[in-house]
Parts: sequence; C-alpha cells; structure tokens
Amino acid sequence: MDFEFITARAPLFGQAARLTVTLAFWGIIFSSAVGLVCAVIRFYRVPLLRQAAAGYIELARNTPLIVQLFFLYFGLPRLGVVWDGETCAIAGLTFLGGGYLAEAFRGGLSAVGRGQIEAGLSIGLNRFQLLRYVIIPQALAVALPAISAAVIFLMKETSVFSIVALPDLMYVAKDLLKEGYSGESNLMLVASYLVVILPVSLAFGYWERRLRFAGFGS
Amino acid sequence: MVNSQEILKIKDLEKSFDGVPVLNRLTLTVKRGEVLVVIGPSGCGKSTLLRCLNGLEPVNGGQIVFEGQILTSFQTSWSRVRQRIGMVFQNYELFPHFNVLENILLGPVRVQGRKKSEALEKAEFWLNRVGLWDRRESFPRQLSGGQKQRVAIVRALAMDPEIMLFDEVTASLDPEMVREVLDVILNLAKEGLTMIIVTHEMAFARAVADRIIFIDQGVIVEDSPPETFFENPATDRARRFLNIFQFDGVQRGSRGTGPKTVPVRL
Ligand SMILES: Nc1ncnc2c1ncn2[C@@H]1O[C@H](COP(=O)(O)OP(=O)(O)O)[C@@H](O)[C@H]1O
Ligand SMILES: [Mg+2]
Repeated sequence: MDFEFITARAPLFGQAARLTVTLAFWGIIFSSAVGLVCAVIRFYRVPLLRQAAAGYIELARNTPLIVQLFFLYFGLPRLGVVWDGETCAIAGLTFLGGGYLAEAFRGGLSAVGRGQIEAGLSIGLNRFQLLRYVIIPQALAVALPAISAAVIFLMKETSVFSIVALPDLMYVAKDLLKEGYSGESNLMLVASYLVVILPVSLAFGYWERRLRFAGFGS
Repeated sequence: MVNSQEILKIKDLEKSFDGVPVLNRLTLTVKRGEVLVVIGPSGCGKSTLLRCLNGLEPVNGGQIVFEGQILTSFQTSWSRVRQRIGMVFQNYELFPHFNVLENILLGPVRVQGRKKSEALEKAEFWLNRVGLWDRRESFPRQLSGGQKQRVAIVRALAMDPEIMLFDEVTASLDPEMVREVLDVILNLAKEGLTMIIVTHEMAFARAVADRIIFIDQGVIVEDSPPETFFENPATDRARRFLNIFQFDGVQRGSRGTGPKTVPVRL
C-alpha cells in the first residue's frame, strides 16, 4: 500500500466527493418535490394527472439511470436541447428518484386512516391544512423507512454520473486505475462513498427511532 | 323567513350507497338549545345522517338548512360550516402526533385564526371542566379511552360550535369509563347547547334528551319526548327495539330458583 500516493490523491477524492454530494443533494431535493406531487395527485385521485403520474412512476422505476442519462446527454441535443453534464445528472436523478419517492410517500399516505382525515375536516381544515397538519406528519412517520431506503439508493446511483463526463468519485477512481494503483484507488473509492453515505444512513436511523418513540398509531 | 327558533331543518333528505337507499326522504327540524337523541338498530342510518349534516357524505336529494343557510348546495363552503358544527366520533380520532393542547388549538388557531392566548384560555377553561388540564402535555397514546374522548369533545367545543354531533361516543369505551364521558355531555345539555346524540345507552338517552327520534330503515318511525318513547312507544318496531334492552321476565335457566326478573333501569 502506497500511503504517499493516498495522501497525494486524497484532495482529488475530496473534491470529487463534494461534487457527488452536491449532485445527489439537489437530485434528492427535486425528487422529493416530484415524488410528493405525484403521491398527492394519486392520493386525491385527480383525474388525468393521476394516470400521468402512474405512467411516469412506472417509466422512472423500470428504466436504468444510465439509460435515462444517455437520453438526456446524447439524445436531447438531437432534439435541439443541450444540457451540461451537471444539469443532466441532477435531472436524471430527479427523474429516477421522483418515481421511487412517489411510491414511498404513497405508502405513507395510504396508511393515514379515513377517521383521521374526517376528524381534520370536522374542525374545518381545508385541503391544504389537512395535508400539512394531519396527513403529511403521519404519512412521513410511516413512510420514513421507505424514504430512507430510496435516498440511500439514489446516493449510490450517482456512481454512474461519470458517463456524462463529470469528475465524480467513480470518474476519479477510474482515472487513477489507469496509473496502476488499483488497490489504493479502490480503497479510497470505498472509503469516500462510506464517508458520504453512512452519515445519511445513520441520521435516518436516528430520525426513525425518534418518531417511533413519539408513538404513532393507537 | 328564518324561524329563529330553528337551528337545523332537514327536508326529504335522501342518501344511498351504490344505489341502496340508506336515508329515505328523512325530514327533521331541530330547535335551538334542543337535545335530540337518535336511536335505532345498527345500520339504520344514524351515522350517515350525522355525516350528511357536516358534509362528510354528499347527499343524493333533499335539503339541509342550517341557520338559514342551505347546505345542500354546490357552493357550500364546508370548511366554514364545519367550524360551526362540532363532531365527536366513536373512535376519538385525536391526532396522534399532537399532544392534548395541540389537538385542541389546531382548529381555533389555524382554521379560525384566533389569537393563541385567547384560544389557550378557552382550552384551559374546557380542559378544567372535563378534569384534564393537568394532562394538557400528554400525547393521545398516554391517555385512557375515556380521557381521549373527553379531549375529543373539548377539541370540538374549542371552536365554539352552535351545534354538536355525537356519534356513539361511548361505544368503544370500557364500561367504567362510559360514565365520565356521559357526565360531560349531560353538563353541556344543562347549559343549553344544541346537540344531536346517537347512542345505545338507553338510561343516558332518557336522562339527556329533550326529544327522541327512533329511526328504522332510513326513516323516522317515532319522534317523541323521552318519557313517552320509553314508557309508551307508539310503534311496534320501537317496542321491539326497546325490548332488547330489557331483561324483565327472562328465565334464569335450569339451575334457577324459579322465574326471576332483572330489571334494567331506564
Ligand atoms: N361508505 C359506505 N359505503 C357503503 N355503504 C355504507 C357506507 N357507509 C354506510 N353504509 C351502509 O349504510 C347503512 C347505514 O349505515 P350507518 O349510517 O353507519 O348506520 P348506523 O350508524 O345507524 O349503524 C348500513 O347498511 C351501512 O352498511
Ligand atoms: Mg353508526
């Protein structure tokens, strides 16, 4: 193991990790928004939009991210739309993640009892207030394990971003492999992903336990 | 012309589920300050009636007029109407993620836009009345069924409703907790709050009611003062229904010492 090599290249991995985190962050924020909108549309059975949402969710969940990125990066320009690598990466992750998070949110929403909704209505809450004060807090508690799984899955999926020429963790590691330091590169790659993803995973675990203590149900 | 005595007027109300009629041209007028108890066999449409009154079920025909306002209209703003019609459910339906006080303040503060301090004062008043002010920070899961139901009643009262609807609010409670909830309702009756109460507690019905209606198959079969209804029901159907709650003349069984009666106080 060449520790000199590792210390010399660590900043490179640090930079790449920052890019991965930034792209994952925005992708997941936008995914959540898309997912929430789709889930609420399906929850309220909004005609037409509901079918559109269902179609989108199937498409997002049943095509690989790498294919979605290919379309955005190499396909869209043929239609006259040219996006840079970062935009494609965030858009691609949002497209994929929106589908997964929509399903996670939907599971939570459908777990909120009819009686809870009627109790909310009976004190005069409007649709928006009902979502905000009654439905979403309870749905979130139920959906949290699924949301956590989806978020971590999306963070791992960022490893295909190098195909749109972004110097993320995978890209940097592949570069170093060419120099022949395969053991060191692999170690740094694994360590970098752990450093990025493990805290998120632990944070979700903590949040889930806290909500469990808050004691939903019954 | 609005008769100021009448708070609620229901005329020819029709409601069916999947083509099966549940309420059959039901007609009923409730006066201000009146305590109306609704009695009838399971599935006769009591809950459906209450749920139509605050828009939880869309109706198929007829008219509901509340304080001169026609509720059976496409333009009804239910969010506004429901602020004036309190409802208490069989299964409490407190919000599990809010504590007692948050459950109570949600409506007055977020829906009615009242000042928090003012809403809090009112919550304190009612919680003291039902003996639960010291539980204001508790979460629903930390309360007994009877306590939860008393909080649910306060949650509805905190909105200052003009009429309260109670749908079998003691039906899910253990017997020893029934009384504490019924006492709260009895006190509200004494103060002249207009209420429509669905219950299977016959002794309570008799004590609290100004008027009893007996519903069977979606129509009002009897409409009379409690004494008349319990002592001298006009219809066979009501008499048969009331007999379910009577043990007079029931044989004690093989080991019995001859016929014995166990009268139930009504
Ligand atoms: N949402 C619903 N869908 C279909 N049928 C219903 C629904 N709600 C009530 N019903 C039917 O309407 C009838 C009256 O119900 P309900 O008003 O709950 O009776 P009660 O409260 O008097 O026991 C019952 O036969 C019941 O099965
Ligand atoms: Mg019922």
